[in-house]
Amino acid sequence: MQYRMRTPIRDVRMLKVGDEVYVDGEIFTARDEAHKKMMESKEIPFDPSAMPLFHCGPVVKRVDGRWEVIAAGPTTSARMEIFEDKFIEKFKIKMIIGKGGMGERTLKALREHGAVYAMFTGGAGVLAARSIKRVKEVYWLEELGMPEAVWIFEVENFGPLVITMDSHGNSLHRDVRNRVMDRLKGMVAEHEG
Amino acid sequence: MSAENLKSIENAIVEALKIAETRLPADVLAALKKAYEEEDSALAKTQLRAILKNVELSEKHSLPMCQDTGLHTFFVEVGVSSDINPITMIQIIKNAVVRATKEIPLRPNTVNPFTGENPGDNTGRYVPYISFDFVEDSKTRIMIMPKGGGSENAAALGMLSPGLGLKGVRNFVLEHLAKVADKACPPITVGIGIGGGADLCMKLAKKSLLRPIGVRHSDNAIAKFEEEMLDAINNLGIGAMGVGGKITALDVHVEWAHRHPASLPVGVVVQCWAARRATVIIDESMNVKIEGL
Ligand code: SF4
Repeated sequence: MQYRMRTPIRDVRMLKVGDEVYVDGEIFTARDEAHKKMMESKEIPFDPSAMPLFHCGPVVKRVDGRWEVIAAGPTTSARMEIFEDKFIEKFKIKMIIGKGGMGERTLKALREHGAVYAMFTGGAGVLAARSIKRVKEVYWLEELGMPEAVWIFEVENFGPLVITMDSHGNSLHRDVRNRVMDRLKGMVAEHEG
Repeated sequence: MSAENLKSIENAIVEALKIAETRLPADVLAALKKAYEEEDSALAKTQLRAILKNVELSEKHSLPMCQDTGLHTFFVEVGVSSDINPITMIQIIKNAVVRATKEIPLRPNTVNPFTGENPGDNTGRYVPYISFDFVEDSKTRIMIMPKGGGSENAAALGMLSPGLGLKGVRNFVLEHLAKVADKACPPITVGIGIGGGADLCMKLAKKSLLRPIGVRHSDNAIAKFEEEMLDAINNLGIGAMGVGGKITALDVHVEWAHRHPASLPVGVVVQCWAARRATVIIDESMNVKIEGL
């Protein structure tokens, strides 16, 4: 199924592994440092529950007093596995966007809190940047630096996002990994036999 | 080399870096298009379509195709009868990387492992890494390979027991790629270096990635091994971006050196779909030419 969704996104239970989604509205970026910062902060200057969380360290340039996003592909999500279940719980995250997928802890949190993980094509930094229409806000830029800061982007037709982990306990990453390992076993054994 | 010659070589390297970062070589682009045609997994096709769209946009707007513009490796083959001074060459290459970082622009990627300091211009201690070879030729070739962290992290070294032979090499490569290839932004190109030693097999593996996709090793037996490895890797079913599919690798390149009787070193170096490269050629009269596409 293909969906075009506008933020705030509050319910994603209808999304299933394999669905393709395009997002309009606002998304926020957070990588390792921003996760840490947000988990430790008492108050957050924006409402994260209304927006998809994008694992991304963008390349942004200041042009004539405005921010211009040069490239904004996803970063490897696995690094955020150590924070993500708590992060989903604390900020009521409904959609995570990244690359490479996440582990069992996150999968469990997605099920408990009715959230999904969507994959954006790795390395497709220009494609992502072209659908970012405006930088609405940036937080902790001085403190964390450009790639680690929290950026709030206004996006249009942001995608393709493929749902690879849904709120029903399914994970495409787990399925592919199991299938690959099975095939590997067969191929190695066949050669030894 | 006159000051004028030096300047024109430096300019050509900056230009070649720009071509490499913003446009894919024709063989890579053709292979990605073919992968898109041949893939039957709808999910993998979506990934390949996004990659092709991204490449088109980066070329059109002259922007780096990936936000990870990589570290830069330079393989320089100095023609022995040419007038090139390698010490001068190192300086020119460093200058060109500093300029390219500003002008394109590139992400500053060099980090001091002890202090975390980033010089901000993609240079630093031993980087860009420049490897010199000397060849019987009047031409000098400067081959440039920008490479991102995601694909570099998928490299591996195996010091196998020689008794395992080529089957051992095959299984080592497959077992390794089954675990990591999905994190290297596939479809990947795989370089395999066999023999030499721990350092040489890795270098041979990386350098083999400069060979265009579809070009086989000149030795028939090795060419056959490359084809078998390509089939086997694709049979793993990892697919574009690891979503499952029949195209995981675009090609496999193998290089080799004689080994010690007691060791069988195997180097695996992986390149992602953004298989960027360009070459600057300097002839005997110091004419400079760029070969990128
Ligand atoms: S592996 Fe390649 S395509 Fe993927 S993010 Fe790194 S440089 Fe970009």
